[in-house]
Amino acid sequence: MLAPVVVAAAALSGCGAGGTRGQAPITLYNGQHPQLTQALVKAFEAQTGIPVKVRSDDGIVLADEILQEGPRSPADAYLTENSPELMLLSQHHLLARLPASVMGQVPRRYSSPTANWVGVALRVDALAYNPSRVARRSLPAHLLQLGQPAWRGKVAIAPTDSDFVPLVGAVIARYGQATARRWLEGLKANAALYPDDESVVAAVNRGTEAVGLVNQYYWYRLRLDLGPAATHSRLWYFPGRDIGGIENISGAAVLASSHHRAEAQRFVAFLVSAAAQHILAASDDFEYPARPGVAPNPALPPLAALRPAVLSVVRLGDDLPAASLLQQVGLT
Amino acid sequence: MATTATTGAARPLAALARRHRPPWLLATTSGLVVAFTLSPLGLVIAQAAQAGWGQVWPVIDRGFVATLLWNSLRLALVVTAFCAVIGTGAAWLTERTALPGRRAWAVALLVPIVLPDFVLAWTWSSVFPAVHGYLGAVLVMTLHLYPLVYLPMAGAFRAADPGQEEAARSLGLSKWQAWLRVSVRQARPTLLGGCLLVSLALLGYYGGFEDLRYQTFTTAIFGELQTQFAPAVASSLSLVLVAVSALVLFGEAAFRERGRSQRTGPGAQRAQRLLPLGKARGPALAGAGAVVLAALGFPVATLAYWMVAGGSAGLPAAVPLASAALYSALYSALGAAVATALALPVALLATRHPKRWSVALERSTFVAQAVPGVVVALALVYLASHYLSFAYQSPELLVAAYAAMFFPLGLVALRPSVARASVRLEEVGRSLGCGPLAVRLRVTLPLLAPGLAAAFCFVFLSAATELTATLLLVPTGVQTLATQFWAYAEQGASFGAAAPYGAIMVLMSAVPAYLLARWYDRGQARAALVGGAG
Repeated sequence: MLAPVVVAAAALSGCGAGGTRGQAPITLYNGQHPQLTQALVKAFEAQTGIPVKVRSDDGIVLADEILQEGPRSPADAYLTENSPELMLLSQHHLLARLPASVMGQVPRRYSSPTANWVGVALRVDALAYNPSRVARRSLPAHLLQLGQPAWRGKVAIAPTDSDFVPLVGAVIARYGQATARRWLEGLKANAALYPDDESVVAAVNRGTEAVGLVNQYYWYRLRLDLGPAATHSRLWYFPGRDIGGIENISGAAVLASSHHRAEAQRFVAFLVSAAAQHILAASDDFEYPARPGVAPNPALPPLAALRPAVLSVVRLGDDLPAASLLQQVGLT
Repeated sequence: MATTATTGAARPLAALARRHRPPWLLATTSGLVVAFTLSPLGLVIAQAAQAGWGQVWPVIDRGFVATLLWNSLRLALVVTAFCAVIGTGAAWLTERTALPGRRAWAVALLVPIVLPDFVLAWTWSSVFPAVHGYLGAVLVMTLHLYPLVYLPMAGAFRAADPGQEEAARSLGLSKWQAWLRVSVRQARPTLLGGCLLVSLALLGYYGGFEDLRYQTFTTAIFGELQTQFAPAVASSLSLVLVAVSALVLFGEAAFRERGRSQRTGPGAQRAQRLLPLGKARGPALAGAGAVVLAALGFPVATLAYWMVAGGSAGLPAAVPLASAALYSALYSALGAAVATALALPVALLATRHPKRWSVALERSTFVAQAVPGVVVALALVYLASHYLSFAYQSPELLVAAYAAMFFPLGLVALRPSVARASVRLEEVGRSLGCGPLAVRLRVTLPLLAPGLAAAFCFVFLSAATELTATLLLVPTGVQTLATQFWAYAEQGASFGAAAPYGAIMVLMSAVPAYLLARWYDRGQARAALVGGAG
């Protein structure tokens, strides 16, 4: 009953999902930052003429929706910030297999071992710190130290940000459930809780908190927004491939239930193409392109120089043990 | 002989009973409407049962939930108390005293109602990061919610008959005693009603608390959604919230005074004599000024500042402002129209056929107000994805959510007009030779019109600033002002990018708010008082 009104409204606002081009649109469930996705979608539409309707939300919330929708999902493709939700959907047989021509575009360890999703971009967990609150030489060498009483009242975390769950998953994978629980309980006693990584890095920058656990790119975006003069914080990468410097993989998939599988696959193939990876590198998103040979944003140090912790996507798993531990500890 | 007499007496009584028996059509429609507005609650329970209580109970039965409960209760108690004091004080100053610029103050004190909680919290915390946690939440939520007490209390004070206070004084009470025991006491049901609205609204907020870093049930429900892969379990947390809100409702019903004030003599009442403030003038002006400054001046100035100064170079608009504004207006208007249409039969039933069951039916819809938007949305997502796939992610579903969520507001606004459009006036119309349809058009409709308009405005205002249900239900490819503001506000430093969406949202809701203020100003408040007290 609303359809005509909505179509009229869409026409008026000039944002109809390309219904005039004659090509059926594909629907993308997008857990990546909307601005980056918008740039990528625009380039894809210009190149192929296939319109893309985008539904943006938190990656895990969208995975929830896909799980609930099952075979009736309106989504054709899914792009998200972390591998665990892709692993989960893959275990539920909700993702289609991608051809070798797509999988071969990025190193194998960045993608699904069963070819159900492909890695698109990388980030590294790091500690933002405020030099006026804590000296660089006093910063922790290990992530687990942040759970010790010495850090009481000095740490900021965002336990409900979907970037935090994979970090907990990584600690469980490397040190086991018991150590991870002790660490989280310590962290709960020590830390101020923020709703997301963006507010964590902003609080550290103001000096409200001494250190904050974030993905490295939030700090670069803050610096871009505030300018170098107003940036009072720095980044600390955990040394020696400590688990605190875990590499996070953003990936994309085609849904098994898609009625536009060929078009959706073209979109996913586009995401790992040189053209898209250069858009990603040139954007203000500050992620590392997964495709070899594409240099990241010049503001970023080379990924290899950060010596990130590397955990296979299979060992990092599907977030469920980490989510359950967070709930038991009472952080969510 | 005796038999004839009995039948003679019984006949008119039977006719009377027949006339007072609610028509089945009205009763059925009302029943269906109430069932619709309560359906999200039923769905939450159904979902939890399907997920298995074994999975749900451990999530409810833990220390974290006790923290959430404590956070919600201590906030609700203190904010409601502050709102009662500020709302009553402001209403008394603008209605009963010779405050300089009284009419202008009356509007300025009401306008903050158009600022959504998450915009107000964001403006405060973006400038003063120290505004957070419990004290920050008390400050921001009091500033956001006091108009819900102020608005009905202003109406109550204006409608109060000065003759009654005078009568009390002539019976030997002092000026203050007369004020306390007559005016304040008469306004008590109105005050309690306002407090009820404040505490129920407060429990359902999300965005503001997220900005202020204060954990409540709604922020926890979102936290579960973003980490746990179990929406049914997440929404089961709201069962605790619904239980708390039910207690609040029962509490209010228990406090409600049974007696009613009556005026003898049908004539027009004399206008209020305004109390000269004397030495209290300075402090009174300062107090009203501080409230308006903190609740309206500061946030509006902050929005304007970020629009001019806060450039977020790295952030192109994901959705054009005009498109977001259009969709906000469209969905809110449709939601308001549906909610108003649904409220009409229930209001008619409850005022024209006030039986125990029909009043209970009406009051039960307030339970729906206690279900937070995110939970209504999750319930509808569940329903549509499992059983109504054609409606999944459709605009219709979002409109249905608005209608279910804000139906009680529509009902509250509509009721006074329905009470005025009495059956007797319709009968007069009939006796003057109008047909039933002509009576509806020429008598009932004009009497109902202001109430219908008020209900529409109230719901539109609330829907245009609704965040949590919209985030989950908005159709793919669409952003509204609220969701786009939130998307930017969440990105930490993007103040400049968020501000225009917030500003347009405020401007858009200012129109219905202005209409509402006019509506109250034109003396509908008198009827509202009767409705509120009844």
